[in-house]
Amino acid sequence: MKLLFEKDVPGSNAFRFPMDDLPPATENIPHDQLRSTPVDLPELSEVEAVRHFVELSHRAFGVDDGTYALGSCTMKYSPKVNQWAAQLPGFADIHPNCVQPGADHLMCELQEMLADLTGMDAFTLQPAAGAHGELTGMMIIHAYLRDQGQNDRKVVLIPDSAHGTNPASAVMAGFTVRVVKSGPDGLVDLDDLAAKCGPDVAGLMLTNPNTLGLFEKNILEISRLVHDCGGLLYYDGANLNAIVGVARPGDMGFDVVHVNLHKTFSTPHGGGGPGAGPVGVKEFLRPYLPYPTIRRGEDGQIVFDADEEKSIGKVKSFFGNFGVCLKAYAYIKSVGYEGLKNAAQLAVLNANYLRCRLSEYFDIPFNTLCKHEFVASNLRQAPSGVRTLDIAKRLIDFKYHPPTIYFPMIVHEAMMFEPTETESKSRLDALAEAMKQIAREAETTPELVQGAPHNTVIGRPDETKAARNPVLSYKKPAQ
Amino acid sequence: MNIPENLRYTSTHEWVRFDGSQAFVGITDYAQSNLGDIVFVELPEIGAHLEVAAEAGTIESVKAVSPIYSPAAGNVVRTNAELESAPEKVNADPYESWFFVLEVSDPHAADSLLDAEAYRKICE
Amino acid sequence: MKYTPHSQGEIEAMLQTIGLESLDQLFDDIPREILDQCRLPDRPGMTEPRLRAHLRELAGENLSADDAPCFLGGGCSDAFIPAAVGELLAREEFYTAYTPYQPELSQGILQSIFEYQTYICRLTGLDIANASLYDGGSALASACAIAAEGTKKKTILLPETVHPDYAQIVKTYASSGIMNVQTVPAKNGATDPDALTAALSDQVAAVVIPQPNYFGCLEPAAEMIAAVRQNSAALVIMQVDPVSLALLKSPGEYGADIAVGDAQPLGSPMSYGGPHVGFMAVTQKLMRKIPGRLIGETTDADGNRAFVLTLQAREQHIRREKANSNICSNEALNALAASIYLTVVGPVGFRQAAERSHRLALYAREQFELRGMPLLYNRPFFREFVVGSDTPEEWIEATIDLWHKRYTGEDEALNAKKITFPDTTGGIPVEGGVLLAFTEKRTPEEIDQLVDVMDDAREAIQ
Repeated sequence: MKLLFEKDVPGSNAFRFPMDDLPPATENIPHDQLRSTPVDLPELSEVEAVRHFVELSHRAFGVDDGTYALGSCTMKYSPKVNQWAAQLPGFADIHPNCVQPGADHLMCELQEMLADLTGMDAFTLQPAAGAHGELTGMMIIHAYLRDQGQNDRKVVLIPDSAHGTNPASAVMAGFTVRVVKSGPDGLVDLDDLAAKCGPDVAGLMLTNPNTLGLFEKNILEISRLVHDCGGLLYYDGANLNAIVGVARPGDMGFDVVHVNLHKTFSTPHGGGGPGAGPVGVKEFLRPYLPYPTIRRGEDGQIVFDADEEKSIGKVKSFFGNFGVCLKAYAYIKSVGYEGLKNAAQLAVLNANYLRCRLSEYFDIPFNTLCKHEFVASNLRQAPSGVRTLDIAKRLIDFKYHPPTIYFPMIVHEAMMFEPTETESKSRLDALAEAMKQIAREAETTPELVQGAPHNTVIGRPDETKAARNPVLSYKKPAQ
Repeated sequence: MNIPENLRYTSTHEWVRFDGSQAFVGITDYAQSNLGDIVFVELPEIGAHLEVAAEAGTIESVKAVSPIYSPAAGNVVRTNAELESAPEKVNADPYESWFFVLEVSDPHAADSLLDAEAYRKICE
Repeated sequence: MKYTPHSQGEIEAMLQTIGLESLDQLFDDIPREILDQCRLPDRPGMTEPRLRAHLRELAGENLSADDAPCFLGGGCSDAFIPAAVGELLAREEFYTAYTPYQPELSQGILQSIFEYQTYICRLTGLDIANASLYDGGSALASACAIAAEGTKKKTILLPETVHPDYAQIVKTYASSGIMNVQTVPAKNGATDPDALTAALSDQVAAVVIPQPNYFGCLEPAAEMIAAVRQNSAALVIMQVDPVSLALLKSPGEYGADIAVGDAQPLGSPMSYGGPHVGFMAVTQKLMRKIPGRLIGETTDADGNRAFVLTLQAREQHIRREKANSNICSNEALNALAASIYLTVVGPVGFRQAAERSHRLALYAREQFELRGMPLLYNRPFFREFVVGSDTPEEWIEATIDLWHKRYTGEDEALNAKKITFPDTTGGIPVEGGVLLAFTEKRTPEEIDQLVDVMDDAREAIQ
């Protein structure tokens, strides 16, 4: 397919702004500050522009197209009413330097609901994504420890199964990382954790359920070990969707949490973003939240506090991704707290059902009660030379988005399935049937699997070539 | 797997060829085949002083990145800039694709490294 | 309302397959005492009609750019969005997809980002652009961080004319110790080149140039860059308004190393400040330092053009604690909006948007000056400026008051909104005046009204 830059037809774009109402005025920009040549933009007529992007959309796959069991990403259905709400001029076309009572009320109530659901005392909506929330949370811990005169606490403990964002966020906030091993059961190894706790520890970052989809059932012991050595507990909310309405990180001993509104609270993923990563803290950390903080005053009026004294400052302009927050707000209001619990229950039901169905044909390294996701591998297919990558690519031919592959790194050739609660039983049965057929093909016609996908607009791209000779923007061929 | 007899090795899969007080350093056949297609290498700066086992640079494949460690203490006197534009040479000919040359301070540096036989055992 | 599709019979059949008797047993691995503590207040769900009525009511309490002309800028722009942009962004294949990890299934998303990268390169005049960052402020902070990492120096020279939120974000990111922020003083609304020269040393990692700056003024960028090059090895980071680049010299033409900004004015609504979209472009030399996702062109086995996520070894999911950024989710849909916007308005429309804004601002200055309300700074500007006042807050309040009496007095719906200070028509208070913005959506008549009202409001508070 051509790039839009290759569809340039000079003179074809007829879009114009009105210019005839402008009174004459004297230019005030010195010539040497002006552009020497106009920006080189392609010219497409409106119809050609529209067809270009529609054609691109035909080469993409969203949750509305079919099952998207991409582990760790929670690709659940995004209710359409949320999209409707975001288009309202009273939400879309409002400027952040103007007090907006409806929007302020919404943000305040969303914070209160998130506090209810996580068991925390105060929230900020400022972080724009999960990783941004992690950074904010770790900066809060950093600022708190500095305030307590505990400057020597430089080490953040992170399990080897953690998302890559955890160590990267900890380092960006000024810490170093000490990795904690997972035990043979896929859970944090308590002996290793105990050995790594010490006076230099600032805290532990933990995803619970973890990236294998297993609940860290020793969480109260983990919490005690870390708190006893003087560290704080950070909850990576990437997997909160498995337990929301059922159990709360605040009750497990966590001091700071972030939640991914684009996972647990159904806001769409946008092809990679925007998301939102609100951060919640226990009362003693409230002063360190980014400013301005929003709360309800005694008389019910919304109050903005810009107490800069202890606050870490700001991580984003204005109040965060309001347009994402309002979709999460609409979702929570729509299903209610019982509905959230129902969603968590059915997400876990779906994952366990699919796990049981797939375990007939595929290796499941930790084949036990899981939460919202589980990890399989190619162990049974490996003898015929079929890799996890091949299985994932073959699944595309059956019109499924493949699972997350090669993560977590502690499982060799991992494939991580997260069906989410919005897939029906018959959808899961069909996915299990497709996987069964791939398992059969791996035995009988492995080359069919190894050559997949067969029905897509391109075959497997040459990623080595892309990385060795990076072409990152379009350049017109020399005339 | 190719493990030349005339070279010394580290347990982190570097090979070393001594030439007087200078040591040529690269990564082994085993290392390159495990990394897969190498797409980029980052070399140390000339003049940098490296301690034993210090990180001297990085090697990137499409989906992984690994450090190359200094096998001995010394100063970097040369780097192989050719690898920056043609990292695929490391895959094609790992033992000709040296990354950097160290001026080694310890005359007995080679003694603490593995010989071909000992390294072969590590790879098994 | 619920969005789960299961029937009770299906739930029971599925439990049976797993070997459990109830949904509660699915949580048997969670300690009892934790489950028992989770007692939530009663918050029932809502039907769609009730939910919509509630949301409409909340939206109705806000003052939108539909209700009154918006003269607020300061990092969020009431820009015109062609109808085709919203229509195309509403395609589910775009907005319900995630990061294109499976290229065979995601060529559309990958190509759209590649096209966005190309657009950002063309606007900024630089070689490499990433797939987007959170917003302008965090993009600036990330640029400072990679400059510190790349130069192995710590000092960031930040003019006091940078957007105050942006400056605060840079300082927040600096609190980890990776960089030190040193403020460069301004003279008459722009950076003082002598002060910049005095601050330069071999410890400086980067110098930030906001163009135009928070007060709308153009910085003496050429002079500043010459001073940087002469006195240090620091990198130059230009923070720019993308619309201004239709008229103004690009960061590439100035010889900057990094350009950042917020592409919100290109097709994204204001949305109370987010989601917007941070962009970053760098020179070829900094290709491996740029944070975030990058899309590259390659081929498949049959030689077909293909796009993939590339140079991923820089990123957190591979490099973990050694990554130069932790970013994962970005603002892909807003980046797509920028691409669609630029394609729909085309080269003539894009230049007109900039020219119209600029000429409206010139007209507004003339009108203010004719009425004895001079600008605070006598400098070239693009489309924002500060009208001088010792009591900007009072002036804005009086302006809003008068505006409503005069223009929305008859409108009961608008009057019902309990709009408090500051209002969209009133501008943003800054030290020494009121910051006003003029986008291509404004008209000369609206400006006449604003000038009238502000003139009368000025008298009212005297």
